[in-house]
Amino acid sequence: MTWIESLTLNSPSGFWNPIVWLAFLIVFALIGYLIYSRGNRSYKPNTDQVKPFLSGNEVEDVEEIRVRAGDIYWGFIEALKGYYNALMRMHTGDVRDYILWYLGLGAVILFVLVGGV
Amino acid sequence: MIEHLPALMIAVPLFGAFVAPLLKKKGSAPAVWAVIITGVTLGMALLLVREVLAQGMMVYVFGADKPTLVLPSGYRVPIRIIFEVDAIGAFMALSATLMSFIGAMYSYSHVRNETGLEKYYALLLLLEVGILGMVLTGDLFNLFVFLEIAGIAGSALVGFRNYRGEASEAGIKYLIVSAIASLMVLFSIGLLYGQYGNLNIAYLSTQIGFNTVDVIALGILFTSFAMKCGSVPTHHWVPDAYTEVPSGINPTLLVATYASLYALFRVSFSLFGKVSSGMSSVGWIMCVLGVLTMFIGVTMALVQKDVKRLMSYHAISQTGYMLLGVGVGLAVLNDPAKLAAFGRDAMAGGIFHIINHIIYKSLLLMTAGALFYVTGTRNLNEMGGLARKMPYTTIAFIVGAAAISGIPPFNGFASKFLIYETSYQLSPIFAIFAMVTSVLTLASFVKVFASAFLGPPVKKYEEVKEVPRSMVVAMLILAALCLLFGLFPNVVLDKLVYPAVDALLKLGSYQTWGGIL
Repeated sequence: MTWIESLTLNSPSGFWNPIVWLAFLIVFALIGYLIYSRGNRSYKPNTDQVKPFLSGNEVEDVEEIRVRAGDIYWGFIEALKGYYNALMRMHTGDVRDYILWYLGLGAVILFVLVGGV
Repeated sequence: MIEHLPALMIAVPLFGAFVAPLLKKKGSAPAVWAVIITGVTLGMALLLVREVLAQGMMVYVFGADKPTLVLPSGYRVPIRIIFEVDAIGAFMALSATLMSFIGAMYSYSHVRNETGLEKYYALLLLLEVGILGMVLTGDLFNLFVFLEIAGIAGSALVGFRNYRGEASEAGIKYLIVSAIASLMVLFSIGLLYGQYGNLNIAYLSTQIGFNTVDVIALGILFTSFAMKCGSVPTHHWVPDAYTEVPSGINPTLLVATYASLYALFRVSFSLFGKVSSGMSSVGWIMCVLGVLTMFIGVTMALVQKDVKRLMSYHAISQTGYMLLGVGVGLAVLNDPAKLAAFGRDAMAGGIFHIINHIIYKSLLLMTAGALFYVTGTRNLNEMGGLARKMPYTTIAFIVGAAAISGIPPFNGFASKFLIYETSYQLSPIFAIFAMVTSVLTLASFVKVFASAFLGPPVKKYEEVKEVPRSMVVAMLILAALCLLFGLFPNVVLDKLVYPAVDALLKLGSYQTWGGIL
């Protein structure tokens, strides 16, 4: 096996090679650099210019403005409330329910296999 | 010595487990002992893999040099305890020993301040014994015995931090679930023994007639191993156990879970493989359970605030990929054209995903353990800005998160790529679910990264620093493996995965003990 072959993953209808991926990465990095190089030259790091704009109010404690894990994807979870309500009902944490699910799954599998569905 | 490797693989860690309690008052001696023993076992597993790949299946008979009793009439029947090690068994043994070694190394610092460490390391080695026994044995009753050993050692380790109520609760839950699954496995073994009068898997597979009692035994075995491997809807014990177990045990516990997955595959392909037409519906059940497992697992992970619980739900989700990959192969087992076109590659994807997942999930759970080590909390809401304080852990986390999300060039991508393509050919819906699951996986790891590592620094963590060196080394070894397995997938597939797949598919070789009969 050559080193190129060892890098190539063949699948039933295609292949994957990290060198191709690397080539794309270099092309995209160049495009990114071109866009960056045409950016606004009046940007000055480490000045008030880069601070978040909060209508002129002082930020006393940066900890207070950080986005916490519980807030991330709030909208996604809210949109799927019905689905999540059903999921939460499934996850009771009660070990007796674990056994009931086991029995339920066993019954379905036996029904399919013995019944020849 | 080489011919005794299957027995030594069990004997060495078992000896290590019995000696570990004797080192109680010797400081860090139990930890060093566990690293040595797991290291020796890893070396033996490498030798075993080399031997099996070079010479074919290894059959080891305890207490005799022949696996069968031959009657004057010429009738041959296996009567002894027999280990039958083919490429899939060797593949799983290598995974188990590698993860036990990494886990022991990580534990050296991670649990240094806990008490009862001699018991901890004895149980870690016993857990390794249980897994190795399950994957090396060719006997159904032995499979049950080692399943019990792994279950009891695992539940004791889950409840190791017994000063935490949650850990004790999780340990008891794991014990109950394990006991019920094991007893039902024993019940179905009894059904098969009652009919065929033997416990040897190879022998039984030649006798199986697929009558109603056989099908009932198969259904019970399938359900029990599905529960033990954390398949939806019997996955509930997984988040409890993985969250509470010390992070150094997570890698070994993961492999213990996948030893049950291996048992499910062994039962489906080797024990019942003769009736391949009847196994098509079992393959479809496996695929459907796989899709449900991956999707429900990842959507539950997305809402977690406890970092280890979030990762535990991901472990469930990733099990779905393995079930889907191997399920596709099982569904087309009786169709040689489809098996050759995509079934074998689907199975390769599923089995490749086992070792990939063991590597990156262990890495991620170790990074979660590192976060807990320095912050004393697992609550993501209370973390922030830790990337500056823990650069190595951050790099390890990024690699693990990219790998689990299937981002090239890490190892998760390679196996998922095979699973996407092949499951699409059986049913496009399966592939769509698999890809959506990967997107949601990435989303939830972005959440962890943003809330734990990025953002403004949190005052109470001003003094924290990187975790001790042994933990960093263990994480970086796994991160390097993620990259290596992703960059050279063909080497892993060629040397380890396809031989394992072919071992499952070549039933004739298994039934004749690799040509001994």
